[in-house]
Amino acid sequence: MGMMKIQEQAQQQDHESFGMNFVRRNRDRHFKILMIWIVALVLIGFKIFNYLEAGNKERRKEVLTSMCDQRAIMLQDQFSVSVNHVHALALMVSTFHYYKNPSAIDQETFADYTACTSFERPLMSGVAYAQRVVNSERESFEREHNWTIKTMDREPSPLRDEYAPVIFSQETLSYLESLDMMSGEEDRENILRARATGKAVLTSPFRLLGSHHLGVVLTFPVYKSRLPPSPSLEERVKATAGYVGGAFDVESLVDKLLRQLAAHEIILVNVYDITNTSNHLIMYGIQNEEGDTSLVHISKLDFGDPSRKHQMVCRYHQKEPIPWNAIAPAGCFFLIGFLVGYMLYSAAIHIVKIDDDFIKMQELKVRAEAADVAKSQFLATVSHEIRTPMNGVLGMLGLLLDTDLSSTQRDFAQTAQVCGRALIALINEVLDRAKIEAGKLELEAVPFDLRTILDDVLSLFSEKSRNKGVEFAVFVSDKVPDVVMGDPGRFRQIVTNLVGNSVKFTERGHIFVKVHLAEPSNTMTIKKSETSLNGGTKEGLGTSGDCQFKTLSGFEAADERNSWDTFKHLIADEEFHLDSSSNRVAAYETSDHVTLMVCVEDTGIGIPLHAQDRIFMPFMQADSSTSRNYGGTGIGLSISKCLVERMGGQISFVSRPQIGSTFFFTAVFERCKKNAFKEVKKPISEDLPSGFKGLKAILVDGKPVRAAVTRYHLKRLGIHVELASSIKKGVALFARNGSSISGNVMQPDIILVEKDLWISGEDAGMNMLQLDWKQNGHVFKLPKMILLATNINNVEFQQAKAAGFSDTVIMKPLRASMVAACLQQVGIGKKRLPGKDMNNETPFLQNLLSGRKILVVDDNRVNRRVAAGALKKFGAHVECADSGKAALDLLKLPHSFDACFMDIQMPEMDGFEATRRIRQMESEANKQMNGESTVEEAARKGEWHTPVLAMTADVIHATYEECLKCGMDGYVSKPFQEENLYQAVAKIFESKPVLEP
Amino acid sequence: MDAVAHLQKQWFDCIQHMLQEGFLNDQFAELKKLQDENNPDFVVEVVSLFFEDSQKLLSNMARALEQNVVDFKQVDAYVHQFKGSSASIGAMRLKDVCVSFRNYCEAQNLEGCLRCLQQVQQECSVLKNKLERLFMLEQQIVAAGGSIPAIH
Repeated sequence: MGMMKIQEQAQQQDHESFGMNFVRRNRDRHFKILMIWIVALVLIGFKIFNYLEAGNKERRKEVLTSMCDQRAIMLQDQFSVSVNHVHALALMVSTFHYYKNPSAIDQETFADYTACTSFERPLMSGVAYAQRVVNSERESFEREHNWTIKTMDREPSPLRDEYAPVIFSQETLSYLESLDMMSGEEDRENILRARATGKAVLTSPFRLLGSHHLGVVLTFPVYKSRLPPSPSLEERVKATAGYVGGAFDVESLVDKLLRQLAAHEIILVNVYDITNTSNHLIMYGIQNEEGDTSLVHISKLDFGDPSRKHQMVCRYHQKEPIPWNAIAPAGCFFLIGFLVGYMLYSAAIHIVKIDDDFIKMQELKVRAEAADVAKSQFLATVSHEIRTPMNGVLGMLGLLLDTDLSSTQRDFAQTAQVCGRALIALINEVLDRAKIEAGKLELEAVPFDLRTILDDVLSLFSEKSRNKGVEFAVFVSDKVPDVVMGDPGRFRQIVTNLVGNSVKFTERGHIFVKVHLAEPSNTMTIKKSETSLNGGTKEGLGTSGDCQFKTLSGFEAADERNSWDTFKHLIADEEFHLDSSSNRVAAYETSDHVTLMVCVEDTGIGIPLHAQDRIFMPFMQADSSTSRNYGGTGIGLSISKCLVERMGGQISFVSRPQIGSTFFFTAVFERCKKNAFKEVKKPISEDLPSGFKGLKAILVDGKPVRAAVTRYHLKRLGIHVELASSIKKGVALFARNGSSISGNVMQPDIILVEKDLWISGEDAGMNMLQLDWKQNGHVFKLPKMILLATNINNVEFQQAKAAGFSDTVIMKPLRASMVAACLQQVGIGKKRLPGKDMNNETPFLQNLLSGRKILVVDDNRVNRRVAAGALKKFGAHVECADSGKAALDLLKLPHSFDACFMDIQMPEMDGFEATRRIRQMESEANKQMNGESTVEEAARKGEWHTPVLAMTADVIHATYEECLKCGMDGYVSKPFQEENLYQAVAKIFESKPVLEP
Repeated sequence: MDAVAHLQKQWFDCIQHMLQEGFLNDQFAELKKLQDENNPDFVVEVVSLFFEDSQKLLSNMARALEQNVVDFKQVDAYVHQFKGSSASIGAMRLKDVCVSFRNYCEAQNLEGCLRCLQQVQQECSVLKNKLERLFMLEQQIVAAGGSIPAIH
């Protein structure tokens, strides 16, 4: 599946890259391509339109043709039906009028008959019969019929050769009776043509009498006698008896005909007589050009008269409709094509733009990276340059510490050294800024004691705070575990930064670092609280020095959280938890993580309101004058923020201008498994001297927060502290204790008094105290009087001495180790043996090795010499051998060596081989001895077994196993490490006490 | 007193430099600890032993590597010896070079071996110079009535 996906992606990428390449190659021609595309679209659109339109036209034409032909055929059929009937009528007349004598037909019969048969002649308005009357017969004819022959104009006919008066007529044509048909031009011509051909003839169209419709007249000759076959013209004329004629009312009849057909309104029909080719005579239809003249269909008509030609012309009534069915697809095609083209075009433009931007960005990125590298190099160079002289400073301090110093001097020098180390650390931390920016910062997870870290930070700034007269204290809640897993360097960096800022900006009052467990509710409340806007002007601040606020120094702090009211809850809470094994504590113990809340409170100048938003931004300081007045780069807080966030915490602050700032941060550490850190070789926490355990002290301090801090430090030394808020109360406490000494109640070893309490006019009380204990003094050891002070001048010091603080003054800020040193100076607690703390194993090794005779086997002179030196140092007598063989010689039994240190890799005979031989020798000797030894010898020595220890540089397990296999007793690493040496030697010598020589 | 302090500072700088640059490591400090009233010249003795040996070993190595058919095992043995003594006096850089030298020997890479040999020679002479200066300073300090400080 995965492979498939990858392949697909690869293909997609290929595809994409092809498209991208195309776009990139033609970056300047996009508009042209779009134009070409549009032109092509237009052309194709036209093609489509034309194609569809041609189809339309074709269909239209077909429809017209079929309709026209249909009409023509119908007309023609009906016409010929009528003609045939007229023909039949003509034959009837000749049959019944001429061959019968007397005639069987009179007008009445004719009219009846024709009226009855008119349905047979649908196109004819009526029929009539005209008799041929020669001029000579006119008179008799007129007489017979009783009327005179009239012309068409109803005048009595003038004299002519012959006449053709109508004698029978259908009722519709009754007006024709007695009219001479020969008098009309058209009729006459028709009659002549008809009798000459013997066939039906048609006139050209003309306006009919009566209806005034356009019409044609059909004429048939009627012959008196039967004609010979193929008669001549004269024969025909001679035989002619009369003419049957009928009028076709073409106009109304065609109208009627067409109306019967479907879709008659769609097309226009014209019927023409085209006998005269140059002048078409219209028979039906409207002469003027109406309708769609572009498409015309002509159908031939044959009405049975060969001498006349007719045609039907059809056209559409309406112009061709706009061809939407052709326009729509073409239009849609164009539109879609255009949109697609435009989309691609804009996409291409976009791609090109992004491409350009990308290239630009890449250039910028390269430049930025180059700048970054330059910056890093600069930082590296500068910090190296600073580190080099700092090493000198540290070195000299180290030298200074090796000389004989008073405890104060030692403390100064140590402080200087710590500061120097911290400075180097800080320089490294500046380098970290780059790492943080690059996201390359790795946090360590090692066990550390954060109380020690805080002590270090405290000592780093103690000199400065002391000079400024600022009270500076650290307090760590008891609930905070001794050792946590985390990054001590980074933690220290954050605290150092915050405290450094506080020290920098605080001229009076206090700086207070407090660490406690952040309970879930506490972590939630971490948020930047709005600082009160009117916080800027508090009257009577600072100068009055009133202890109106229950903070560490009595000055007002920005945040109420560290004041006594809340603080005492914390302590009370703790004590409660310590006393009772509450479930909540258990819950804390079991969780893997501890969230610590660290507060750094100061009573400095605070942060201006307008600057509070950007305080965590790198290189931003409250304002530009800050760096002028106080120095600094302004990156510290931003680094701290990053670090805190990396530790899974948050940082925030509360600040009120002219009152102070309080910074809080939380950090998550792993709880250290109790046994885990004991295995760590290096001491992770500074060893506090244990000689103060069980001592008791009375602390006289009016300020509860400060007292709690002092108590915290003393508690760390194992000193039990009782509090007294004033000297009087202290005295009272002491007196009570003193009086009830028999009851075995607490007897204080130390009395600690805050300087300000003593200075503020309670000398009397002090004296009283002195008196007091002098009274009881005989009975028990006097407690040591110690003054606690932030700063003290010579005069005050003298006064203090006079007042009974003869023992010492502990300068604040307090630090457990410093307090311990001061107490030791005045002889409290057991002093540690010099050198003992340097190396625990040394004296034991000395015990184990002194007086032993040891053989060192090594082919390497240098190694040999070093090993011998090391062993000699611990009091052993050492002999050397430079090869396995030499060693065997020396170890020939009996010998007096207590142990042998054997190098493994030697030429000729290696350590394993040599040991094997030694063991061989020994076992032989033992056998012999068991056989014939004296009792006391056996008792003394038991069996021969010289302990052989391998010396090897690569301490891997396999080597160790091989050592055991060939009879060695253990191994030591080379070069010797005391601890390792001790372990190995202890194993072999523990059971065997040194024999007194 | 001033002169002594100056010398002590120089000595301190010198040894600090050597420790920082990795010419020496804590083992050297250990050696220093082994030196006491009973054994006042212990360090100088060991170091001079080391250089005597190294001279020999280096020429042996050079000779072995010049052979037409190089016996890498032999060279390796020399280097091993050299590595051991370097470790004993705490000459860290030399030891490190020896480690890579042995790797080349194992791979029978003549070119690498020769490069390492050169490196060893160079390191050796640098170390010698530095230690000579250090011992000279020590002598001067002692001559001026001062004591040689301990190394941390």
